[in-house]
Amino acid sequence: MIEALLFFAPASLIIIGALIVIFAKNPVHNAMGLVMTLVSLAIIYITLNATFVAMVQMLVYAGAVMTLFLFVIMMIGVDKKEQTTDSIKGQTFLVSGVFLILISLLAYVAISSDFKWDLWFPPVEFDAEGTPQLIAGVLFTEWIFPFEIISLLLIVATAAAIALAYDTKKRNSNA
Amino acid sequence: MSTELIIALIKSNIVLAVLLTNTILLIWLERKLVAGMQSRVGPDRAGPFGILQTVADAIKLLLKEQIMPLKADRAMYLLAPIIALVPSFLIFMIIPLGPDLNIEIGGKNYIVDFVGADLNVGVLYFLALSSIAVYSVVLAGWSSGSKYPLLGGVRASAQMISYEAAMGLSLVPVILYSGSLSLVDIVSSQSGNLSTTIPILSSIVSFIPKWNIFPQFIAFGIFFIAAVAEVNRAPFDLVEAEQELVGGFHTEYSGFRFAMFFLAEYINMFNMCAITATFFLGGWLGPTFEGFLPPILSAIMPIIWLGVKTFALLFIFVWIRATLPRLRYDQLMELGWKRLIPASLVWLILSAIVLGLREFGLPWS
Repeated sequence: MIEALLFFAPASLIIIGALIVIFAKNPVHNAMGLVMTLVSLAIIYITLNATFVAMVQMLVYAGAVMTLFLFVIMMIGVDKKEQTTDSIKGQTFLVSGVFLILISLLAYVAISSDFKWDLWFPPVEFDAEGTPQLIAGVLFTEWIFPFEIISLLLIVATAAAIALAYDTKKRNSNA
Repeated sequence: MSTELIIALIKSNIVLAVLLTNTILLIWLERKLVAGMQSRVGPDRAGPFGILQTVADAIKLLLKEQIMPLKADRAMYLLAPIIALVPSFLIFMIIPLGPDLNIEIGGKNYIVDFVGADLNVGVLYFLALSSIAVYSVVLAGWSSGSKYPLLGGVRASAQMISYEAAMGLSLVPVILYSGSLSLVDIVSSQSGNLSTTIPILSSIVSFIPKWNIFPQFIAFGIFFIAAVAEVNRAPFDLVEAEQELVGGFHTEYSGFRFAMFFLAEYINMFNMCAITATFFLGGWLGPTFEGFLPPILSAIMPIIWLGVKTFALLFIFVWIRATLPRLRYDQLMELGWKRLIPASLVWLILSAIVLGLREFGLPWS
């Protein structure tokens, strides 16, 4: 009962947030809808006992990335009217077609396979306590090489972004 | 309803009551202390020593008219104070207030842990929630539909994001020392006294408790400075510099919604001090005088010890406020990015090397 509630409350919040992202007219409302989706997703991670992933989700996506998003949206172009006409001809028609195909595919899978429509699912016992230790153990032994490569890539990307944004001419004329 | 659910409900109600009454006390204490430091009397009309002054202020704010600017974004304007308040209550839930306690009800033994929730990712939870709190500032500034709050909101959120980085980095050596992300484990790792292999020092050192502040004094300094900046207190209170920057993100808020921001700020300040005490000053650890005091008193001694440490830190917060002038904005950013973050990174590497040497010995031996 409580498990089902803990799933359906955040799940419906995720869907509502996603709908806000799509349909709200104001960019700040869109961003906040996305924040709602991300935080609710973190709650679902917690119910799945993936507390570390949940906290990283909150910290990185909801905390850092979305704050920067909001910053940019607020500083530029909140007052501008959003473009409501199609930029590509037949855009709406195309997107709804793809959407319908995806939905029917999902429905087909749900009906044809032995998917159980038991919504009041029982809680699953899971005894792996301490996900940070588990993740750290794997990350720093088996996956240490990809991990270090990714961190190097991130540094390169950051340096490149700074180099691109740094206007040498303007800087020199000011100084 | 299950017993765990009832215990959880009781706990959350206690947290709510404690934090609200505590805020009343805290505001009064701060006004009295600052007044004393500036050779004034401070509030002395309502109640004994003016202790009811805050209650009177709260009633005043509740009864005041709530004005909403015409150009305000309604939904976000109403949401911002709530986002400010909720994380501050949630952060308190992970602070361990004492050791586990056996309570006998109706012949059954219940183990009550004096902590809202012992998360195995407690430190990350604390950092995540304090980054969620930034939204309240950003949204309040933007949704007011006025230039001053917008600038105040941008200024404040830039400050909070910058100092969050330094705060998080300064906690990493502490986590390395304690070997856990859980606040309960961090407290229990600080029990006992310091020990050293040098024979002359060992007799002196063995009287000092094994708190993290002694091996991690630089981390403590960085964390404390970042904490002051994170809760927007003087000398980092550019967020609400009434005198020169026309308030801040809450310029357009009035009545109870303003009170919610105010409440959140004081609860955050209290949380931050309690968390500093937990990370660096041994949390609830301290002598319980089990033989001398009646059992009930010695059972709540840990809470008293945490309270003493927290209020000592709060006193330093107020002391700093009464002493130091406000920083200029560029100085603030320079201190955060060019001093605190590099310092915390260097300290992290040094502590990691020391811990590695202690654990594995010299690499060539």
